[in-house]
Amino acid sequence: MTNVAPAPLLQVEGLTKTFGGVLALDALALSAGSGEVVGLIGPNGSGKTTFFNVTTGIYKPDAGSIVFKGKNLAGASPQTIHRAGISRTFQRSRLSLPLSIFDNIMIGAHTRRFNGLVFNLVCRGAFKHEYERMVEAARALLKVFEPELTDRLFEPVMGLPMIDRRRIEICRALISEPSLLFLDEPSAGMTHEETHALMDNILRVRAVHSSLAIVIVEHQMGVIERITDRCAVLNFGRKIAEGTYREVAGNAEVQEAYLGAEL
Amino acid sequence: MAREQGKRASILPGAAVLAVVTAYVIAILGADKQNTILILFGAGAAVVVLAGLFGLLKPIGRSFAAHETAFNWLAILAMLLIAGVFREEHFVLLLLVTLMLYAVAALGLTIQFGYAGVVNFAGASFFGIGAYTSAVLTVHTALPHLAIIFLGGVTAALAGAILLPPILRTSGHYAAVVTIAFALLFRSFIEVNDVLGGPQGLHLPGMQVFGWSFNDNITVGRWDISFYMSYFLLSLALLIFAFGLVQRLERSWIGLNFDALRLDETAASCFGIGVARWKAVAFLLGNMLIGFAGAVSGMVAGFVAPSNYTFADSLILVSILLLGGIGNAWGAIVATAFVVIVPEKLQTIQEYRFLLYAVMVILVLLFQPEGLLPRPVRRYFQS
Repeated sequence: MTNVAPAPLLQVEGLTKTFGGVLALDALALSAGSGEVVGLIGPNGSGKTTFFNVTTGIYKPDAGSIVFKGKNLAGASPQTIHRAGISRTFQRSRLSLPLSIFDNIMIGAHTRRFNGLVFNLVCRGAFKHEYERMVEAARALLKVFEPELTDRLFEPVMGLPMIDRRRIEICRALISEPSLLFLDEPSAGMTHEETHALMDNILRVRAVHSSLAIVIVEHQMGVIERITDRCAVLNFGRKIAEGTYREVAGNAEVQEAYLGAEL
Repeated sequence: MAREQGKRASILPGAAVLAVVTAYVIAILGADKQNTILILFGAGAAVVVLAGLFGLLKPIGRSFAAHETAFNWLAILAMLLIAGVFREEHFVLLLLVTLMLYAVAALGLTIQFGYAGVVNFAGASFFGIGAYTSAVLTVHTALPHLAIIFLGGVTAALAGAILLPPILRTSGHYAAVVTIAFALLFRSFIEVNDVLGGPQGLHLPGMQVFGWSFNDNITVGRWDISFYMSYFLLSLALLIFAFGLVQRLERSWIGLNFDALRLDETAASCFGIGVARWKAVAFLLGNMLIGFAGAVSGMVAGFVAPSNYTFADSLILVSILLLGGIGNAWGAIVATAFVVIVPEKLQTIQEYRFLLYAVMVILVLLFQPEGLLPRPVRRYFQS
């Protein structure tokens, strides 16, 4: 367990976000250290996805700090936050369906590719060189997830089953070699077996990139139990419990949040 | 790559189709009886529909895709051949020049609308800005005319830059409304501006390049060649440049950035893609191409007037993209050919051409929503 790490990779303090009169995040504190897998659970509407959206810069927080690698990123643009080393997937798969597998993964590689106009339009030799390196990088990453997909690199994503789309989404998030990965309900819309296979993939990624920190939102408790080191439970935007899955699952307040208070 | 190396489609089906299409275009352009033209159009449509029903279009498409470089050269050759056949016909050559300049403008719009998803309902206005720039500069300065064409594109891009702040702050329909407002403002501005000739417009002299006057007829040996041939060659060169630019853009990381922000702005920004930056690049590059085409068109016509650059003309440009297949450079060119040639040859339809376009767009959106030539999945390098 890494809960004694001196300065965690991500340290969120007092994070607050309101939408109109709704308090979506209420002075939330959360940390994640290098190599740690943190689960984020809680009933629907408890603020899990809002937490991701605020920490990745899609929404600006009303108060609080998001210290990542020693720098406060609260209120920074999504681009700045991504460049600092945070990457994510989305609850509802947000791949670009008409584009190929390769193109989708390359969207995530924006910080690794050279985007100059002259380089792209005129220096085609140099561009081809970089392109070939990128094809190799995409293949190598896909191989961890589903070797069969490496042969279909230039087919559109449109025709692929949900599990492959999830895999590609995670590859898109990983190709930039982030230090912190947010996974927003990776099992949504998949069968039990598919979820299991995807979790195997995630564990393998973890084994390969031992310093990668992962924060995962998940509704399937089996997944949380299997892959997280620690988890935090949210309810109405507040953290009501934190600890290992076993500790949290036994907590009375957590059970009440999920099942409702006894009358 | 294993799959791609498999069986390479033969060049023959594509070459045969290109030959037939060239002959067909020559027949259409050369026909002058309305009945002949009607029969030719009917036959052309029937052949395409039948080929589609019998599944012949796929192998033809594969043949084109597998020998892209060769077909790009053959297409240029076909255009030169068509121009050669009609070397004495002012009207036909002017029609071809108009077609190619509109195609360049449609390619500019492809960068904006087709790739980056920035709608532009002021295409004709930027075309007009290019044309007015060339008119003012040829009349009032001694700048070389090729430089003036370049400046026409630059001016159109700069004028477009004024629109960037409102376009970047709005999205979807609202950004479209900004460009519509610009199109209407542009026309009013030109109409009340006495320096620019007001509603009567401006006249400009013919083009000259290195002392060679474009408005003189050319005699080569026994051949008398229409003076429009010079403009034809210039427009063809511009079209080749625009096509090459658009294709390279698509086959680069920049084209990928454009696609990413068109399809999902939020996701794109979460991966570090600067949405405003790439929208601006697309808008400026697109307007620059449209401005180049406008500048040449002003010189070809020898005359610019506000009524040539109306909102209706902008809508035609947008409908060209919808017809041809959004984001497909070849689709834009084929659709431009259709939109320019049909009303010119079918005199009876002239007054009703907007009705015809409207019906065509509706039919295409209903039965082939991705356009006549849907955009294929990106390949970064030619085969």
